[in-house]
Amino acid sequence: MSEFINRGYIHHNVLVSTDWLLEHINDENIRIVESNEDALLYPSGHIPGAVQVDWTADLNHPVMRDYLFRDNFEELMKRNGISNDTTVIFYGDKNNWWACYALWIFQLYGHNNVKIMDGGRLKWIKENKPLTKDIPSYEVAEYKAKIRDDSEIRAFRDDVLAHISQGLPLIDVRSPEEFSGQRLHMPDYPNEGALRGGHIPGAANIPWARAINPDDGTFKTAEELKAIYEGEKNLHKDDDIIAYCRIGERSSHTWFVLTYLLGYDNVKNYDGSWTEWGNLVGVPIDK
Amino acid sequence: MNVYPTKLKEIINTISMFKDQNDRINVLIDYAEKYKEVPVNIAVRPYANEHKVEYCESEAYVWAKKNNDGTIKLYFAVENPQGVSAKALCSILDEGLSGETPESILSVKPDIVLEIFGQSLSMGKNLGLTGIVQMVHRFIKSGR
Repeated sequence: MSEFINRGYIHHNVLVSTDWLLEHINDENIRIVESNEDALLYPSGHIPGAVQVDWTADLNHPVMRDYLFRDNFEELMKRNGISNDTTVIFYGDKNNWWACYALWIFQLYGHNNVKIMDGGRLKWIKENKPLTKDIPSYEVAEYKAKIRDDSEIRAFRDDVLAHISQGLPLIDVRSPEEFSGQRLHMPDYPNEGALRGGHIPGAANIPWARAINPDDGTFKTAEELKAIYEGEKNLHKDDDIIAYCRIGERSSHTWFVLTYLLGYDNVKNYDGSWTEWGNLVGVPIDK
Repeated sequence: MNVYPTKLKEIINTISMFKDQNDRINVLIDYAEKYKEVPVNIAVRPYANEHKVEYCESEAYVWAKKNNDGTIKLYFAVENPQGVSAKALCSILDEGLSGETPESILSVKPDIVLEIFGQSLSMGKNLGLTGIVQMVHRFIKSGR
């Protein structure tokens, strides 16, 4: 799509526009997937034909802190009528942060035929495009998932420790208040689930939403993104980068931006993030 | 077992009747669609920060006004148009608690959100929604 080429993205084909999706809504080789933070959003109205993938119910393992296992992933794909060659187009609330999170998890199982609808729910609704409460039903598909490969795009705490010791770049995509360890909570009100406030030593703070135009939820141009990640924070396309936030959802958005829009080759998402690091015995933090 | 004021108890009982999660979701969406924003005689934008619920990603605001008979009228605003769960909760709290005494409202614990939305709420969502109930308590305790 020319608008994404014009914005200068390296992998411009990873995005589709709201207009394109409306024209292709009935294509048989695509499946539109909505993924949100708020479980009531999809049933309150969604793009016709879209299915929902819920990050807690569908993508998290029910008892381990991990993602769904291979057989559960295959089941998820089959029941939503997604076969190995289906193009999955994600969209969602909060400027597509949960959509990027779902896309990242799909890639752990090698489903690389994935795209994001630029602007997400916000843009679709602002343009008064159609919504429905009808839940679609698709014929069960054949799906064979690859063995999950966490090595390419997922980081664990030992990877982060090694990263620190080598002085490699880390990006903390949380808000400045979370990064600095400030707490903004009422008396007797629980904090966000970590014992300590602060950030991983050496991390640069680049809040995830800086990559977004707030008015319509679309991604900023490559030049604007470079000005943030490279101009302000001196990151480079060839850097070995780990991004993190609180549980890895916001940082998957930054992972998407760096990997696809700017074409960085070696970015990992640390989904343990601050809820692990902030509670981990024997690791350093900075404030 | 929590003891709720009568109107709120009726709402909770109705929601509890729906064992199927999809049916429960539809009831909650109905409440979200009934959500009424704070009237301009109570507050106008930009709403004061002291009324904002911290940790609520839906940008919810709470007001609690005392009626002449000593009962309370609750008002809410949810600024994020995608904050469907927050709108549903605000609508339920208004319908179930407005007109009750301060003591009666304070007897409703923040974990009512789990009874309304189910145990599968994410941590972030739980924090934001319980924050709305906590904010109701806060204003009633402060007498504002």
